[in-house]
Amino acid sequence: MNALVDVLYALVSDYTLRTVALGSAVLGLVSGALGTYAVLRRQSLIGDAIAHAALPGIALAFLLTGSRVTLVLLIGALVAGWLATLAIMAVTQTSRITFDSALGVALSVFFGVGLMLLTYIQQTAGARQAGLDTFLFGQAATLVTDDVWTMAALGTVALLGMGLFWKEFKLVSFDPVFARTIGLPVRLLDTLLMTLLVLAIVIGLQTVGVVLMSAMLVAPAAAARQWTDHLGTMVGLSMAFGVAAGVSGALISSLVANLPTGPTIVICVSLIVAISLALAPHRGLVWRYLRDRRSSLQQPIADPAAQKGTS
Amino acid sequence: MSSTPAITVRDLTVAYRESPVLWDIDWTVEQQDLVAIAGPNGAGKTTLLKAVLDLVDPVAGQVRVLGKPYRTVREQVGYVPQRGSVDWDFPTSVLDVVMMGLYGQLGWLRQPGAKERATAREALAQVGIEELADRQISELSGGQQQRTFLARALVQDATVYLMDEPFQGVDAITERTIIDLLRDLQADGKTLVVVHHDLQTLPEYFDSVLLLNVRRIASGPVEGTFTDENLRRTYGGRVGFLHPPSEDTR
Repeated sequence: MNALVDVLYALVSDYTLRTVALGSAVLGLVSGALGTYAVLRRQSLIGDAIAHAALPGIALAFLLTGSRVTLVLLIGALVAGWLATLAIMAVTQTSRITFDSALGVALSVFFGVGLMLLTYIQQTAGARQAGLDTFLFGQAATLVTDDVWTMAALGTVALLGMGLFWKEFKLVSFDPVFARTIGLPVRLLDTLLMTLLVLAIVIGLQTVGVVLMSAMLVAPAAAARQWTDHLGTMVGLSMAFGVAAGVSGALISSLVANLPTGPTIVICVSLIVAISLALAPHRGLVWRYLRDRRSSLQQPIADPAAQKGTS
Repeated sequence: MSSTPAITVRDLTVAYRESPVLWDIDWTVEQQDLVAIAGPNGAGKTTLLKAVLDLVDPVAGQVRVLGKPYRTVREQVGYVPQRGSVDWDFPTSVLDVVMMGLYGQLGWLRQPGAKERATAREALAQVGIEELADRQISELSGGQQQRTFLARALVQDATVYLMDEPFQGVDAITERTIIDLLRDLQADGKTLVVVHHDLQTLPEYFDSVLLLNVRRIASGPVEGTFTDENLRRTYGGRVGFLHPPSEDTR
């Protein structure tokens, strides 16, 4: 009990902890929302590709401007992540190469270039580069108030875009062919949705890092899917899970010395996934086990729920 | 009715990676006709619908709907895709899916409201599953999925309807409901083009037929077109399969 009070006190009084918790909350909120579409469109790994592809963007932004301002670096990340996404979409649409192969190639090429640039910067730029490699695994402790504002601004754009085109994104995700027949610009909408996804990922890079960021996109949405069959509820739950993981990860890592924030957040969100997989009604493993046992105890065949499930 | 044909296809050739899927098709559908498209697997039936809907780029030829390019008349065309073309585990309700048929009329930035809900419920009543409006689509049977898609096309309030195998894998009652619906729509002046697999029921259900196997084999009124000779030419030596094995899933 005392520990809880201490944590809450620290949250309001400790500048660093407050900033980190707020930033992690923003990152969880936005990636939770946009991650819903990545999961539903079976493009979960796109987040991984975008996050890794952002690295050369960050390095180039630094090389070109010499600036370490977060917004400048994130704009570099945005452009690189966006280019990688466009490349993946173009390759998939115009060749026989499948989505997952294009994704794998883009991820390694961009990430490889990123590592090269990072090494180059380390050898030439000297002390000025200090901290650039924190984008690899993230370092939440480096967050300052301005960073959180930057994240909040980018996140607002992403969430607004998702809200404005709610029904269009829903239709192109569910039935893109029908969407084309009624005249929706499906490719444009796909590109827009991917762009918002890039925004959501870029927001988390400083905190969670390029290597683990895709977990923040996929895990909250995958957990939320277990609990509901309603798109709006799924997005809401996913955002809540993202925030919960972000804040609790920030708090836990502040309690234990030398515990890195990004990975702790990812562990927290993984726990939420594990609980959801096991316990969620209807889809959860425990639920299914109980239902199977009940139906096999009663009548082997006459379970209408089981029959419905097969059609 | 006016004399403009509902659909005119001229010299249409479509190819996927060099091999032709449709070859030099000439075909006309008059308004208020109830037409079946039949042919073996890989005959290009779905591709023909997609060519009419401007979803595939033809190598050659021209398609007109109500005498105009599809782009300019899309509000007058309703489409029922194959049931299996979407993920029925998508988290949404039956009513939501039906309202998607209204998105074209709604335009950007407007979300469906009370009026759209009422329209969608009406269409669900027309296909006999009003009570399933709030059901999640993952809980539907094959027949109910098909009815949901039909309701979505109904709210489009189109003049010309294109349907891709609406009878595929549905129960007998649903099949009856669908054919009654097609007849009602025809009586209302609509034109219906339906990809249909079951050669046994085809003459009973439809007025006209297009027999397709990459090329157009024959087209016209069922009587006179749906002959043993034409079927043999469409299905090759496999005319013994006149009654193909039922593909019902239930």
